[in-house]
Amino acid sequence: MKHLKIKKRLAQDKLMLWTVCLLATLTAVPLIAILGEVFFRGYDQLTWSFFTEPTPTAYKAMKAIEAGEPIPGGIANGIIGTMIMLGMAVVFAVPIGILCGAFLAENDKNRFAKTVSFLTDLLQGTPSVIIGIITYIWVVVPMKGYSAIAGSVALFIMMLPLIIRSTEETLKILPASLKEAGLALGGNKARVMMKVQLPAAFGGIFTGVLLAISRVIGETAPLMFTALGCSLIRFSIDKPISAVPLLIWEFFNDPNLQDLIWGASLFLLLFVLSLNILAKYFAKKWNQ
Amino acid sequence: MESIKTPILEFKNTCVSYTKQTMAVKYVSAAIERNTITAIMGPSGCGKSTLLRAANLMHNLYQNIHVNGEILLNGENILAMEPIDVRRRVGMVFQRPAPFPTMSIYNNVLSGFTLNGINLSKSEKDATVERCLKNVALWDEVKDVLNKKGTFLSGGQQQRLCIARALAMKPDILLMDEPTSALDPIATKHIEELLLELQKEVTILIVTHNMGQARRISSKSMFMYLGELVEYDYTENMFTNPKDERTKAYLTGKMG
Repeated sequence: MKHLKIKKRLAQDKLMLWTVCLLATLTAVPLIAILGEVFFRGYDQLTWSFFTEPTPTAYKAMKAIEAGEPIPGGIANGIIGTMIMLGMAVVFAVPIGILCGAFLAENDKNRFAKTVSFLTDLLQGTPSVIIGIITYIWVVVPMKGYSAIAGSVALFIMMLPLIIRSTEETLKILPASLKEAGLALGGNKARVMMKVQLPAAFGGIFTGVLLAISRVIGETAPLMFTALGCSLIRFSIDKPISAVPLLIWEFFNDPNLQDLIWGASLFLLLFVLSLNILAKYFAKKWNQ
Repeated sequence: MESIKTPILEFKNTCVSYTKQTMAVKYVSAAIERNTITAIMGPSGCGKSTLLRAANLMHNLYQNIHVNGEILLNGENILAMEPIDVRRRVGMVFQRPAPFPTMSIYNNVLSGFTLNGINLSKSEKDATVERCLKNVALWDEVKDVLNKKGTFLSGGQQQRLCIARALAMKPDILLMDEPTSALDPIATKHIEELLLELQKEVTILIVTHNMGQARRISSKSMFMYLGELVEYDYTENMFTNPKDERTKAYLTGKMG
């Protein structure tokens, strides 16, 4: 009798294990399917010229299609636009986000900090299309035109809460003894933060910044309202500029350019993937 | 025990409370003599660490903790002073060795200066690092790896590095919060020998869970129980002839 019961319990355990394994496999399927689909459709487009030449005009693309040749040109305008806007957003979001995160980590009982913390959560949950339209009102309208500046403002707003949160969380899990040891030597709070706490939290903060970049690099909606897009390679920040996700949207809407969708998508996917892998690597290295 | 004429540190009716209802340290009065080692003993939760941390205003970091009474450092009430001023003169070594993980051994020793915004010349820096590491008997072991991270050292070495870091600021008094409880017996022995040597230069107030340690190194001992200072006497007197029943019960192992 007793023996039977144990067999039954072991069988239940096994059943449960297999169910969990099956469900885990199922969740991985869409991910692998997406990667596979984009890879097989896009890999042959990733040539040298795809990265060095701007988007072709619809007329040129049409001619090439008629002649049975591959579409000339690439997404260099989008890559450069994305880098310029991301760069500007990062330059402002990283210091402001880190300082704000440091403030929140140090003053979690202060009412002002609690309010800021709540607003940060709200900002993180704000739909990106709304951030786009707000930036349009705040930046595009007063500047009388779409620009890389406006695009970077939208990306900056989207990155900020992510950097604030990761900084705050990283600082909070540092051992309290570190901060106390710094203060016990007579340092003031600001110096201990700059010389001891932030350096010790560097790995976690850096990981957070990488994840924030990978999160906003694929944003399309806010850039539609702000950067608009441009088929030329441009380095000026006060004119409309392109971005890789914007190009994917444009290619989708232009029947002549549809062959470029998959190359651009694959590039974006690989970029985000490598940022995530890099972030994982740093997080692991830092935890050791 | 005869009274101390010019104590370096003096608690006068010092109280510390974490909540309004309960006091963790109740009306403690005690004077600490210069260039001695004074031990604070007592079972867990008796308030010994709490009392120690009051002496460098560590409690100021936490809004809910209140310190009342007076704590005099060379006759001045530190409760009315700026924390950064007090902490520069009152060094502290923690239970777990906490060298700054991103700094080299060299920079760890000098971190007190860095954190106070004091710039030293290269030769001053070299001299300070050598003097402090020699003080804690670590120089010979680390002189060739000064640029390695402080966390690369063993636990006992890390704790000596932390003592060196505190000594670099030339504090009047060094507070130690169970500095050997995370160390093995050999490292503990090294630290104890070091403290006996160091008392010539700096007054040491040490919290210890270990009665044997108090007896080995301190000249005077306090016994605390449930927040009260039950007995304060020469260590030898206390161990051979405790006056209070509670002290007796603790020292003989009847109460822990």
